[in-house]
Amino acid sequence: MELTVSSSPHIRSGDSTRRIMIDVLISLAPALAAGVIFFGLRALALALVSVAAAVAAEWLWRRLAWQYSTISDCSAAVTGLLLALTLPATVPYWMAALGAAFAVVVVKGCFGGLGQNVFNPALAARALLLLCFPAAMTRFAVPGAQLPLLGAVDAATAATPLHTMVMPALPEQSLLDLFLGRTGGSMGEVSALALLLGGAYLVWRRVIKLRIPLTYLGTVAVLTLIFSRGQDHLLWMLYQLLSGGLLLGAIFMASDYATSPATPGGQALYGIGCGVLTVVFRYTGLYPEGVTYAILLMNAGSWLLERFTPTRLFGAPQRKGGLR
Amino acid sequence: MRGKFWGGVHPAGRKELSSDVPPSPCPAPAQVVIPLQQHIGRPCDPLVAVGDQVKMGQKIGDGEGMCAPVHASVSGRVTAIEERPHPSGGRCLAVVIENDFQDTYESALTPHPETGGLDADTLIESIREAGIVGMGGATFPTDIKASIGKVETLIANACECEPYITADDVLICTDGDRAIRGLLLLRQILRPGRTVIAIEDNKARAIAVLREKLKDVPEIELAVLPTRYPQGAEKQLIQVLTGRQVPSGGLPRDVGCAVFNVATCAFVARAVVEGEPVLRRIVTVTGHGIREPRNLLVPIGTSFADAVAAAGGLTGPVWKVIAGGPMMGRAQRDLSAPVTKGVNAIVALTEEDNGEGAHPSCIRCGKCVAVCPMGLQPLYLYRFSRRGDTAALRRYSILDCIECGCCAYTCPGKLSIVEAIREGKTLVRKEGK
Repeated sequence: MELTVSSSPHIRSGDSTRRIMIDVLISLAPALAAGVIFFGLRALALALVSVAAAVAAEWLWRRLAWQYSTISDCSAAVTGLLLALTLPATVPYWMAALGAAFAVVVVKGCFGGLGQNVFNPALAARALLLLCFPAAMTRFAVPGAQLPLLGAVDAATAATPLHTMVMPALPEQSLLDLFLGRTGGSMGEVSALALLLGGAYLVWRRVIKLRIPLTYLGTVAVLTLIFSRGQDHLLWMLYQLLSGGLLLGAIFMASDYATSPATPGGQALYGIGCGVLTVVFRYTGLYPEGVTYAILLMNAGSWLLERFTPTRLFGAPQRKGGLR
Repeated sequence: MRGKFWGGVHPAGRKELSSDVPPSPCPAPAQVVIPLQQHIGRPCDPLVAVGDQVKMGQKIGDGEGMCAPVHASVSGRVTAIEERPHPSGGRCLAVVIENDFQDTYESALTPHPETGGLDADTLIESIREAGIVGMGGATFPTDIKASIGKVETLIANACECEPYITADDVLICTDGDRAIRGLLLLRQILRPGRTVIAIEDNKARAIAVLREKLKDVPEIELAVLPTRYPQGAEKQLIQVLTGRQVPSGGLPRDVGCAVFNVATCAFVARAVVEGEPVLRRIVTVTGHGIREPRNLLVPIGTSFADAVAAAGGLTGPVWKVIAGGPMMGRAQRDLSAPVTKGVNAIVALTEEDNGEGAHPSCIRCGKCVAVCPMGLQPLYLYRFSRRGDTAALRRYSILDCIECGCCAYTCPGKLSIVEAIREGKTLVRKEGK
């Protein structure tokens, strides 16, 4: 009889990378559904193209690198879907495919694969597309516009709430519109309700902890309240929280395992940093939105925050923070 | 001063597989193999020679210093003194005795039916001569642990937080009086201000038994703790009961505590009152790979194969056989190793229990950090161990790891974190020399 001899523990939890990624896909379903409701089936098609491109790129990359296939862990699918949700529903399909391939191969694969990447692949790809195709990436269709599945998109475009707030002025949309998603914007970011539902699912499934999303959103709330540019400070703050990619970023991007600190203290600092940078970029940046670059910048500093915030060791006085 | 320990996990208990009471006696084997080292410390020297006739209870190995003597668990003839497999892996010098099935008993220990007037030295001497070690699996010589003068808190550990194991549970249900008596004897030695029996709330039957028996024993407090692994780890249990943290690199006595497994307590009573050394122990033989999982009263030195046979044998091909629990136990190469004092369970797992992944990889989810009861960062210990970076391992306090396995249990990337940490510890210790 052949017995396996290996190290303890001999039992493992039912948790797996694949299960986590599938949970993330499930949690993004409401946001995708909202995209389809407000921008038509093109949103779904765009998401499918992006996911397919990401998975295909992952398969090809691993094959060329002579490594075992990792598409079954579903992380490439997550990257593809996340990227699609940060895009306006009007962008051409090839652009989404290009971004997805860039995310998987350059941002993730070249850094050593899942868990090794410094930057969030979906956000880095979005940053690249924004850099290369600024016009296409900032053309937001009005909600309810039935975008054609095929061919050039020639729909009426709308200023997003963030555009108005740069003025600075409060947007014409009501808070309820923003909450439900009846507003212009990237296809997955418009509906706060859908994003919160997804976030609640992730917390329930213990995929993410609330630390990063709450410190991030809390920081933005506090800062926009203190440095309010509206007549009604509270209203200004609420509009800031509900508009743009903030919720999508705070719940789904900033909480990305690989690119955020693993220590509780580091996570809190990281969330605060994301919040500060988002407000700074929104108030002073070239683009009305600042979430993408805020998170990417914090990605780069993630390791540093982790070094500054060691965990509390059992039976030892609290170690002094600092570079060790 | 009831607190919580950090981190921890909730693996499926599976204790219902073997909750039978009382434990069934394991048929005496034709041959027992008694390893000369069944404790932490230096091994015993054999006191018998090949061909000698030995009696059940006779001391057959002992040594100087940190050492616990071993005794013949059956009567018969010594047929060999040679290296034999040991349940902790590797091989160890062992005395092989051919059972004559006469059970001729003789013990050198003096029974003390009246224990009230006994002084600490007499009690400690009895504990030592009986060869008692940490019966929960740690196997630290109990007499040494008890010779630390006065403590503030004396703790009897009945948590049994490892999945599958029900040995202590069954011991309390069937032999609770003896365990309590042993604890009172330890109390006589250590003169604590507070004496606690700690048990997890998944053992309703044992809790009821203890409540009933402790009615007339006001000096012992019963602490029923919410089930969470590794509650029974010494440092974590002290943290829960006293709120104090054993300092890094220190011992329980540094925070005024002494912790004894509840089975150890029962052996103390047996040694002092009845003058009987450690001859047999309750072993939970369980898992889905065992046909009739149960608790067995097994003579020390019985082979795993004989113990498994007494539980109906294996169901078929099994994946792993473990000495001890599935979180911290040792996987066995085969069933040839003998049951030693520290073996509280033999768990046979089948392929269905195999949760290991084909391509382990870290996704930096940080779950290992969240569950670590010692406040370590297992993902970095793993990384630096694999890299052989001993300076970084020291910085991340690798030697504080208690190898409870929470990190690897919870890891969605299925990394063998504990294995890597053990390798890392070896590197660090080697360098330190």
